[in-house]
Amino acid sequence: MNASNKYSKPAVIVHWMVAILVLVALPLGYYMTDLSLSPRKLQLISWHKWIGFTVLLLLIPRLFLRLTRPVPAPVDTMPGWQRAVASLTHVVLYVLIIAVPLTGWLMSSAKGFPVVYLGLIPLPDLVGKDEALGDLLKSAHEVLTSGLLILVGLHIAAALKHHIIDRDETLVRMVPLLKR
Amino acid sequence: MQGKKILAATILSLALPLVGMGAHAAQPAGTFDQVQPAKNRIDFVFKQMNVPVKGHFKKAKVDLVFDPAAPANSTVRLDLDLASIDAGSADANSEVVGKPWFDIKSFPTATFVSSSVKPLGGDRYEMTGKLTIKGKTRDVTTPVTVTQNGNTAAFDGGFTLKRLEFAIGDGSWSDTSIVADEVKVSFHVEAERRAAK
Repeated sequence: MNASNKYSKPAVIVHWMVAILVLVALPLGYYMTDLSLSPRKLQLISWHKWIGFTVLLLLIPRLFLRLTRPVPAPVDTMPGWQRAVASLTHVVLYVLIIAVPLTGWLMSSAKGFPVVYLGLIPLPDLVGKDEALGDLLKSAHEVLTSGLLILVGLHIAAALKHHIIDRDETLVRMVPLLKR
Repeated sequence: MQGKKILAATILSLALPLVGMGAHAAQPAGTFDQVQPAKNRIDFVFKQMNVPVKGHFKKAKVDLVFDPAAPANSTVRLDLDLASIDAGSADANSEVVGKPWFDIKSFPTATFVSSSVKPLGGDRYEMTGKLTIKGKTRDVTTPVTVTQNGNTAAFDGGFTLKRLEFAIGDGSWSDTSIVADEVKVSFHVEAERRAAK
């Protein structure tokens, strides 16, 4: 494996930070929504928002790395249609990983609850309190989240398929510990 | 030239207070006690997980008597319909009428009855009185600014209360790291002068 077939160390680290946060925020979001109002629910909602905003912050170095450093080419054995699906999945994943927390933040503002990051830093309200807009943004947040869930599933399934069935280097590039 | 300017300035400086007095004299005398319910506002801000959330009450009955000539004799009484609360969201509205919060089945109304009004100079006053919520009475002191405009006066002020002193949100909700103890209350009341007899 030569150097151009590797992701840089910062790219690997920030990928896994985002991955862990997304994998925590997703079930947390579904779980807390179904709770009836309680102190616990308010706490979980706040944590969910803080995780979401952290993802948005991490997308800054992530996109910077992605756009400034060469991305390793797909393994040679991959057919063309798989390459196309893979790069489309990656683009849509980036879009959703930005759009999901962003609609969550906007929805929170529209519903009259400003986001205070980590309970310390008040984020600006990009929209004012507006019930109808709040409901619309809530639907958008939910629909986009369902999309994200599907793509994350596809992304994980494809990675495992490359590793277990094709036995190629695709997953190893992102998980250096798996080096065969 | 210079002399003329000084003369003009002197005349102006002598005349200005007269203009001021004239304006003051034009202010009609009389007691304000015709409260304009549609103009009243009782707002509050509380913090949950350090997030400021705004709310207000839609129905408040205010009786007040304010005589600018004898402000210390002023009296205020507020009867607040707790069921008219908007605590910031539909979820919160159905929650706060319940037993741990306002328990409005047993305590539908909060009251404030003034006991003293102290002029602080200018249009500022300090009002003290007894606030009763959920069967608990506490002394409350609040600054009030009175803005007179002809036959209308606006009364604005605000104070901070501690919700747990009134057992508002007890049980699991008494955790102030989730919902803060301090609640900022502000009010705006307008009244017109009593009709001349």
